[in-house]
Order: sequence, then structure tokens, then C-alpha cells
Amino acid sequence: MNTTRVYGFSFTRVYAMALRYLYLLRRSPMRIIELIYWPFMNLAVWGFITAYLRSNTFGITQAAGLFLGAVVLWEILIRSNLGMTVAFVEEFFSRNLGHLFISPLRPHELLVGCVVTSLVRTIVSLLPAILGLVPLFGYSIFDLGAPLIAFYLILSMFGWAFGMFIMAILIRWGLAAEAFAWAAMFAIMPIAGVYYPIAALPDWLQPVAWALPSAYVFEGMRAIVLEGVVRSDYLWRGLALDGVYLALGIAIFQWTFHIARKRGLLLNAN
Amino acid sequence: MDQVPALEARGLTKHFDQVPAVNEISFAVPQGSIVALLGGNGAGKTTTISMLLGLLLPTSGTARVLGHDMATERFKALPVMNFSSPYVDLPGELTVTENLKVYGRLYGVPALTARIEELAALLQLNDVLKRRVRELSAGQKTRVALAKALINAPKVLILDEPTASLDPDTGDWVRGVLSEYALSSQATIFFASHNMLEVERMCDDILMMKAGKIHDRGAPKDLIQKYGRASLEEVFLHIARGEAAA
Repeated sequence: MNTTRVYGFSFTRVYAMALRYLYLLRRSPMRIIELIYWPFMNLAVWGFITAYLRSNTFGITQAAGLFLGAVVLWEILIRSNLGMTVAFVEEFFSRNLGHLFISPLRPHELLVGCVVTSLVRTIVSLLPAILGLVPLFGYSIFDLGAPLIAFYLILSMFGWAFGMFIMAILIRWGLAAEAFAWAAMFAIMPIAGVYYPIAALPDWLQPVAWALPSAYVFEGMRAIVLEGVVRSDYLWRGLALDGVYLALGIAIFQWTFHIARKRGLLLNAN
Repeated sequence: MDQVPALEARGLTKHFDQVPAVNEISFAVPQGSIVALLGGNGAGKTTTISMLLGLLLPTSGTARVLGHDMATERFKALPVMNFSSPYVDLPGELTVTENLKVYGRLYGVPALTARIEELAALLQLNDVLKRRVRELSAGQKTRVALAKALINAPKVLILDEPTASLDPDTGDWVRGVLSEYALSSQATIFFASHNMLEVERMCDDILMMKAGKIHDRGAPKDLIQKYGRASLEEVFLHIARGEAAA
């Protein structure tokens, strides 16, 4: 069989999985509309709030940068995570998991396929809203400069790692955990430092917040907007934490997959 | 040198919460044969098939496909085997061609477009290639599932009730295609079925399961003769109801 293999990894199989989800996206205009709809609405609401704050001179001159930057970055995190878990939930709905798991597709290739899908879905989902902010509210996230690339990477990788954890839960509990798949990432919002600094949290909660890669992105963004300083130390810490979370996500997924094979959970996955 | 069996179970056992679903079964299926796994509900057929597919880890014993232990080295066997079941669907939102392209790539099929054309001709799918799977009739879906199962020209094909929910005509046609495939490609077909006529017509050999064990084994005619019955269905009922062999 002609596959591009690197140590038990096939790019052809990863491509096949990405293709499977992209076919689905292409076949369903409603899915594309829904993808674009929520980020656009969220950014529009925050855009009007910041416009109001500016026009009423509450003394928050950088309000647009702070709030809209935070919303865009938060959306990157959420969309990266949902892009991955929604792809996996689709397999439950289409009762297709049995076919996938008896094909030569390896669990880590399934994960990479979902990551590729998440990348595409995040871009399709966010780009129109991000570009729309420029004419509507005179705000461009690209003003953050080169650190935006690092912010994007840190948040996406965290979203994927969290997605792997959710996928493991779906394998264990099936569609009974579907609601969790949609909502889990929002659970970290209060401590992620999205709209307020980590210092605003109670002392005992701050170490928990700093243990999340997202904290370094939002604090890093505030440092750029409020002080004009790029905190490269934050970026490195965020990336290092991502490495830990990704390793954990992969390990938990693989372990759950093994447990599922032992207990026969894959038989009931449909 | 003897050929390695297409499928082999040795002391294969699976317990769920200490309850045995499959209890120390051993059998070998030679390459190129068509073998049916029969048994009533709860006999252990699905559990056995799941272990042969590598979806389920045995409590003890081994399940091998073409000599590969499916618990530890299933990725060596999976590219040359395939599976179909009416209880596992293909993504309904994708067209038939899209589904076959995805699975063709997953199995690393060379010259995929030509293979899809070949299967479309064989399984009379040309008219539905561009239609979404969810829009198809049960018979058409079965043919698409069969195309997916044959996409990699498998040496070992495992089927779970291949003609369930099909009308007699379509069921007969599917049996013809499968028999022809096994004959022309020297492939092994191993399937679970409740359709005794199907089993009688297609199989070289039958494994009768009951309460997690292989109760008996033999060619359809031999089993009918052994139990002194008129048909395989009567043999099945005889065994399922716990009566002794004649």
C-alpha cells in the first residue's frame, strides 16, 4: 500500500481525516455560517461596548485594544478547542467510529487530523470577524505585531491539548458527555485573565491561573497595549506550558483509548 | 510449509466484570475460505469479532489475523483486512465518492480513482456516486458499505450480518458479489449471520457458538447430517435450545 509513512505515522491518513471534515464543511453552508456567526456577534457586541466606553471618556483610552484584543484571543482559544472536539463529536453522530477504529488510522493520526481540521475551522471562523473589526471599529488585532503569532500558537496548542482531554472523555462516556464537550473550555474563562489581570483574582487562585498557558497570552497582550512592552518571558512560559499540556493531552487520550479497548467501550461508541 | 491461518483464536477469553462473554475458544480459519459464525443473541459472536478486529482486548488468549496478534500488532493486519456491519454507518453528509476517497486514503489504496470506478461498476453505484449517503435507500447504503469494505481489496473480510434489513433480492445479489469476490481474489470471508439460508449457500465451514464457547464446527451439510435435521435452521434451533446431538 502506498502511504507516506514516518515511524508509524502516515501523512496520507492524516490528510484523509482532514479531508473527511473539510468535505463535511464544504457540503454544509449552514455549518460555515454558524462558524462565522458566533465570533462575529461576540466581537460586534464588544466592539459597541468599547466604542461606548471611548465616547463617554471613562478614562479607558486603550479600551478598544484591551477588550477587542481579549475577545479575539479568547475566540482563538475557543475555536481551536471546538474545532477539534466538534470534529470528533461528528463521528459519534454519524456512527462512523467503528469504521475508523478498524482502519489503519492510528489514534495519534486521528488527533493530528483533528488538529489540522481545527486550524482550518479557526481561520474560516475568525478571519471574517477579525477583518470586519477594522472598518467597523477601527481596530486591528494585527497591531499587536509579531507577538500575535506566538499568542496564536500558545492559545491554539492549549485549545488542542484541552480538546484531546475532551475527546478522551467522549470515548469514555460517549455522547452523554456531549454537553461537556461544548462547555468545558468556558470553565477556565474566569481564571484565564481574559478581561481582567490575574492580579485581580484572589491570592489562592492566582497560581492556578498562572498554571494555564492562556494567562501568559492575556497578560502579554495587556503589557503590549498598556505599556508598549513585549514580554518574551511570558511567551516562552506559555509555550513551555503548552508542551506539558499537549504531552498530557496525548497521554490521556492514548490511555483512555487503551482502557476503551479493554472494556469494550469502542463497541458502544456508535 | 503450511499457510498461516487467515484468522486464529487460541484460548480466546473475554470477561466483562468477571462474567465470561467468550470462554477459551480456539479455532483457525484457513486463507481463502468462507466461514460463518452462528449463535443466538448473547452467544459471544460480536465479542469474538471485536477481538479479531482489534477493537477489544482479550482477558486471556490470542486473536490473530494473518499471524498478527490483534492485541499488540493490529496495525500490521488492518491494512489488508476490512469490515462491514449494518450497525456502523458511513458519514451521511458526505457523498459516496467522498466517503470512498476518505477510506481509500486511510487504507493507502494506490490508483484510488480507478479503484472507485471499478467498485462502482461492480456494485452498480455509478448513479449514486455524487449523492449523499444519508439520501440513499437501505439497499444502496449496503452496497456503499460493501464498496468501502472492498476498497483495499482485503485479504480478510469480516462482516456482521451482511444482508440484515435487505429485501431477498438485494440480499441474494450481495451474497453473489461476496462469493464472487472470495473466489476471484482468494480472500477469506468471516461473517456472523442469523440468516441460515445465506450461511448454507455461502459457507465452507460454520462455527456454532453458544454461551461464549464454540459448541460445534463443520460444513453445513455435515452439521445437518450430524444432527439428523432437515435444514441448518433446525440445527441452529436444536443447539440454541440446548438439545444434544443425535
